[in-house]
Amino acid sequence: MDGFAAFGIVGLTTAAVYAVIGSGLVLTYVTTGVFNFAHGAAGMMAAFAYWQLSAGWGWPVPVALAVVLLVLAPAFGLLAERALFGPAQRLGQAERLVMTVALLSGLIALARWVWDPNVPRPLPTFFAGRAPLRLGPATVTWHQGLTMVVAVAVAAGLWVLLHRTRTGAEMRATVDDRTLVVLAGGDPVRASRAAWILGTQLAALGGILIAPTVTLDAAQLSLLIVSAYTAAVFGRLRSLPLTFLGAAVVGCTESYLTGYLPQNAYLPGLRLAAPALLLFLALLAFPHRRLRGSDERAGRAPVPAWRGTALLAAAIVAAGTVLAAVLGEGDLVTYGPVFSLGLVALSYVPLAGYAGQISLCQLSMAGVGAVVWAHLGADGAWWALGAAVAVAALAGALVALPALRLSGVYLALGTAAFAVVLDRWIFTLPSFEVLGVRIALFDQGSVELAGPRLFGHRLDGGAELMVLAAVCLALATVAVAALRRSRYGRRLVALRDSEAAYATLGGGLLVAKVAVFALSAGIAGLGGALYGMQLRSVTADQFSLVAGLPVFLVAVIGGLGAIGCGLFTGTAYIGPVNLLVALAPGSQNLVALLPGLAGLGLARNPDGLIPAMRAGVRRLAQGLTARRGESEVPVEWWGVRRPWRPEDGEVLARGIAGS
Amino acid sequence: MNVLELRGVRAAHDGITVLHGVDLTAAAGRVTALLGPNGAGKTTTLRVAAGVHPASGGRVLLGGRDATGADPRALARAGVRLIPEGRGVFPNLTVRDNLLMMTRTGRTREEIEEAAFARFPVLARCAARHAGTLSGGEQQMLALARGLATDPAVLLLDELSMGLAPLVVARLYEQVAEIARQGVAVLVVEQFAAAVLGVADRAAVLVRGRVAWRGRPDDGLRAELSALYLGSPR
Repeated sequence: MDGFAAFGIVGLTTAAVYAVIGSGLVLTYVTTGVFNFAHGAAGMMAAFAYWQLSAGWGWPVPVALAVVLLVLAPAFGLLAERALFGPAQRLGQAERLVMTVALLSGLIALARWVWDPNVPRPLPTFFAGRAPLRLGPATVTWHQGLTMVVAVAVAAGLWVLLHRTRTGAEMRATVDDRTLVVLAGGDPVRASRAAWILGTQLAALGGILIAPTVTLDAAQLSLLIVSAYTAAVFGRLRSLPLTFLGAAVVGCTESYLTGYLPQNAYLPGLRLAAPALLLFLALLAFPHRRLRGSDERAGRAPVPAWRGTALLAAAIVAAGTVLAAVLGEGDLVTYGPVFSLGLVALSYVPLAGYAGQISLCQLSMAGVGAVVWAHLGADGAWWALGAAVAVAALAGALVALPALRLSGVYLALGTAAFAVVLDRWIFTLPSFEVLGVRIALFDQGSVELAGPRLFGHRLDGGAELMVLAAVCLALATVAVAALRRSRYGRRLVALRDSEAAYATLGGGLLVAKVAVFALSAGIAGLGGALYGMQLRSVTADQFSLVAGLPVFLVAVIGGLGAIGCGLFTGTAYIGPVNLLVALAPGSQNLVALLPGLAGLGLARNPDGLIPAMRAGVRRLAQGLTARRGESEVPVEWWGVRRPWRPEDGEVLARGIAGS
Repeated sequence: MNVLELRGVRAAHDGITVLHGVDLTAAAGRVTALLGPNGAGKTTTLRVAAGVHPASGGRVLLGGRDATGADPRALARAGVRLIPEGRGVFPNLTVRDNLLMMTRTGRTREEIEEAAFARFPVLARCAARHAGTLSGGEQQMLALARGLATDPAVLLLDELSMGLAPLVVARLYEQVAEIARQGVAVLVVEQFAAAVLGVADRAAVLVRGRVAWRGRPDDGLRAELSALYLGSPR
């Protein structure tokens, strides 16, 4: 019984931290309409900053706390609001989501740069010297007690702020209608700034409270947030009491799993994946209200012309051939993923670009493809590549089932949870048997991948595999273009624009969504198999959620609606990064920041770079022809030899008045 | 006395001029109806008057003082109330919190609630509900109450009738007439002329960004209205 109580105390302490972080998340969501994926990363930065001040530079604890909570955290919140979310106010839900994902990815990279991940950074608990309190059978340390008291204080304070003060009402009103707040004499900008500052402070508080009890690691701390997300989803992103309840459920589940899970090789990952599994279940179990501030503004999904598509495909193959011919064996491994990761990025085009379904687990699907190829394709049989695509597609269809109920932020959360379950549990499993079939994954380490056989010749050299990947990307690009031009492609775009209208026209949501998830997972699986072949040996880490975020970001920057997305992402993600590192070896950390930084610039160019580049070229061409044509048509022929323009009437009137 | 006066106001959306010099006045104690077909610039006119849309030319006078380009918050605190098109309420706030939002105009929460609930008793019964769960008519009442409970000098109403049953609209306009009698300058934009002409003292018809007709509603406006709306040659 003592053990039960002890694990309960540990669980409730963790729950208190999740509650503090989760309530910050709910606060920023109800007051600004932005679901902040980087919320945990802000807490992580605060924990590192606190370590730096107190342990690193030896400042007294109260001073370090005050500086982090009262100076650094508000400054960070204010900066985020001014630089990012203020300008992003006019963007749609998806773009705002991407910006927070960019911030998450950027902050992890920044923390790894500033604080070398290989140095251990122990942090003492608060009141470490004091003897623990005894409450009946349980022992509570002062740190645990403090954490719980803080959580209760935060709960009470937030409730009063939101429901009993004008500032709180103004914060919530700002999400509903900014103009109306102004018309009532209020200040929406100040309200959302206050919300960001307070939200960041709560994240920082949570980060500092939990840091002494876990390893100070950037990715791990940022993803602790998964547990806080679960708590917030329990509260359906608006109710603070339910958020606290959700935090208690998650905290205690984790703690009791640690205590009572039977010891065997298959289950340790389950404990790590438990918050993500709970998140997944919570997303499915609770009905969700219409998303707040969901002024959906769907990006463009232009219909690609055949000529342009053919040119693009030819360019991809040509680039692959040239690279294969020019690069040495070592560089081929470095630059090889241009095309295979390009395929993973291309898989976003039908899924996110056409059907409007945001998925954060595409790289995990690539991982599935790589694993299948590693085990079935060891002797290079082509059917194994088909099997890799098929199994990945099957996994994609599985993800589609929750997607039938979820959309927007919730879908992104669900797919992120799925990716985390794969990383932490499924991919770490040893091989097992189901119905007499032995299923092996990453064998708790790395797996070797060989190239396929073509006409009795084994494609195993880096150059050959590079050309193979380029050909596959070119074919997939053409296939996606054909998809966009087909009846099914038009259906997907219709589905994205209005699910209700699509359903009333007789379209089947189930079939359409499952098919597009399966299709894009299949493309990603092919990409993953090729990626693995080029790298020769892969580990589960290379297909984790955190590894997949930059690929998603670069794809969004390229423009999810454009078929050039695959080539763009591969080139932009692999090329400059490795070139910079080659030119200036010290810049490795700076380079890891690039995708995040670029994602933050999305506010300027919400449709992505590819459409912007195309528009630029077209404008240039039009400018050249228009200038030539202008003088050749005399006034009396306006409207006859060239179309009548709206401004012509005014030009004529001015001319007549002047004469 | 003219509380609100627009002189030659011009305004544009994305570089396309929609108001080409609008002259309009709203006098204290009167209901002025601003009519016109779709896209005539009625809503833009109100938004310019409330300061939420910039004027690219002309002047906005408030109580004889120049208020062109003034901050909308300052105008709101000075007594200009715009009740925008659609429901002018915060759907995710309770009725009480919706009223609380008006305390920036100098009245206390208690005064506002008392005034609002006296005028629309139905609101008192659903004070704790989220505004988004009220019926359309109740939401418009809440929007009107938000505007009225704070002693406005100018009340700008945009399409009060949108999506409401004719009976509800008639009742709301009775309230509007009552408000005007207390000395408020009311400017009503309405697409369905019949709804507002019963209570309006003055009317102006806006066609393609210009005032095409102005006068008393009984000066033969009804006869000319279809010609003005449809733009047939006169």
